[in-house]
Amino acid sequence: MSDQTLSPDEMVDQVAALIDLPLDPEYRPGVINNFRRTAAIAKLVVEFPLPADLEAAPVFQP
Amino acid sequence: MTLDLDRADAIATATAVRCGELSAQATVTAALARIQARDAALNSFTAVLAETALADADQLDRAIAAGVDPGPLAGVPFAVKNLFDIAGLTTLAGSRINAENLPAAKDATAVAALKWAGAILVGALNMDEYAYGFVTENSHYGSTHNPYDLNRSAGGSSGGSAAAVAGGLVPLSLGSDTNGSIRVPAALCGIFGLKPTYGRLSRAGVALFAGSFDHIGPFTRSVRDLAMAFDLLQGPDIHDPVCTKRPPQACTPQLAQGIAGLRIAVADGYFAQNAMPEALAAVEQVAQALGAQERVSLPEAARARAAAYVMTTCEGSNLHLANLRSRPQDFDPATRERFLAGALVPATWYLQAQRFRRWYRDRVSELFQTVDLILAPTTPCAAPLLGQEKLVLDGVEVLTRPNLGLFTQPLSFIGLPILSVPVQRPGALPLGVQLIAAAYDEAVILRAAAFLEAAGVVSAPVALTPIS
Repeated sequence: MSDQTLSPDEMVDQVAALIDLPLDPEYRPGVINNFRRTAAIAKLVVEFPLPADLEAAPVFQP
Repeated sequence: MTLDLDRADAIATATAVRCGELSAQATVTAALARIQARDAALNSFTAVLAETALADADQLDRAIAAGVDPGPLAGVPFAVKNLFDIAGLTTLAGSRINAENLPAAKDATAVAALKWAGAILVGALNMDEYAYGFVTENSHYGSTHNPYDLNRSAGGSSGGSAAAVAGGLVPLSLGSDTNGSIRVPAALCGIFGLKPTYGRLSRAGVALFAGSFDHIGPFTRSVRDLAMAFDLLQGPDIHDPVCTKRPPQACTPQLAQGIAGLRIAVADGYFAQNAMPEALAAVEQVAQALGAQERVSLPEAARARAAAYVMTTCEGSNLHLANLRSRPQDFDPATRERFLAGALVPATWYLQAQRFRRWYRDRVSELFQTVDLILAPTTPCAAPLLGQEKLVLDGVEVLTRPNLGLFTQPLSFIGLPILSVPVQRPGALPLGVQLIAAAYDEAVILRAAAFLEAAGVVSAPVALTPIS
């Protein structure tokens, strides 16, 4: 998949455009830095195997 | 006997007012004078409600004269982090953007509960913008200074709440804690700060940050004040969707029960690394006093912190998405780019973090089958300098701000009740130790804290920094 070559910088630009979030050039480097940091932190979570029947526990009472 | 109002705790103050030894006018006037004299140096208040506080005090004094029970916190001056709604005042949540909002129509549930108990609200307190920070260095409203050393941070995000109590301006304040925002400032300012079980206290009328683990709680200089405030703040509230329907459990009557029968252990592994030696020594000091020799490991605590981080940035950003789109320039530079990046987080990261949260909660619940109380450092170091970018932990240079929450973040993530108790060190800055219990076991924590306080191991004297 071509998406595998998408860099965090490109992803920041493309997702920001997708969700209609303008990124001022002044803020863009800081946003990219923060996104890279978040990606590294999220890896710790995403790589951890969880059982398929484990359900999240959000609070919602119909 | 005359009460030293500059150092009295809330219960001593209320006792004097209730028995007619002091008027509420006198306690409030004294608090306003302390704020006037000391807060220029601390910058803990963003609004002082002198007029309404004096009017409330006058009303309370009239009620007492008429024979009405004025409540267990009669005449106690208190203040709240400026994300709590105060009727007639705009709720800032540390932001410039929210300063454009209309004044709040009514008090937050917690503010109303303390007022109902006779406490007198004297003001609103400084914080990191939208509670996204651990240092209370706010570009709009200034930095809050640590009463122990004005060049140092009071911690955050409830820095104003901690500094106002530690500096002796008020004996009681309220703050909020998502990843450590009550416990970190309580530790750095050398006072007690309680983050109860998630959902135990109503957040109605409190600006949210990351709703999945936003909590509110009190700051005090004595354990009995903390227990009293916690008891008064409990109760169901239909205006907070996560507020528990459990009946309130009074902790005050249990304070004298001591620690007999409690199984107490020290957290090792993750919670015994990446900390200054003095932070670990404070834990050992408390462990020794409690006779705790066992060690326990919380599995995957580093991943828990990571999951808390992902959920926080995602939920916080979504809450502010409209303003991030239309007016990013009005955010604090300390939060802006973190919020902008958080809006871009893929759903799968967020959902995996939510599911991991359930897994981690189940493992830690199992751990509490074998222990009643776990001890861990609150912060890896004492108060850093304001503006200090880096610190060295275990020989590695790391960023100061995120690492202040190293030991608090993996625990609030699953909503456990935790009290940061203050360990005073002669000639050095205070440190905090977290007393952690199973969900809804606040009473166990408060019993242990009362034991430590009686033994002189933890204490929270007023920090009277020389004001130039």
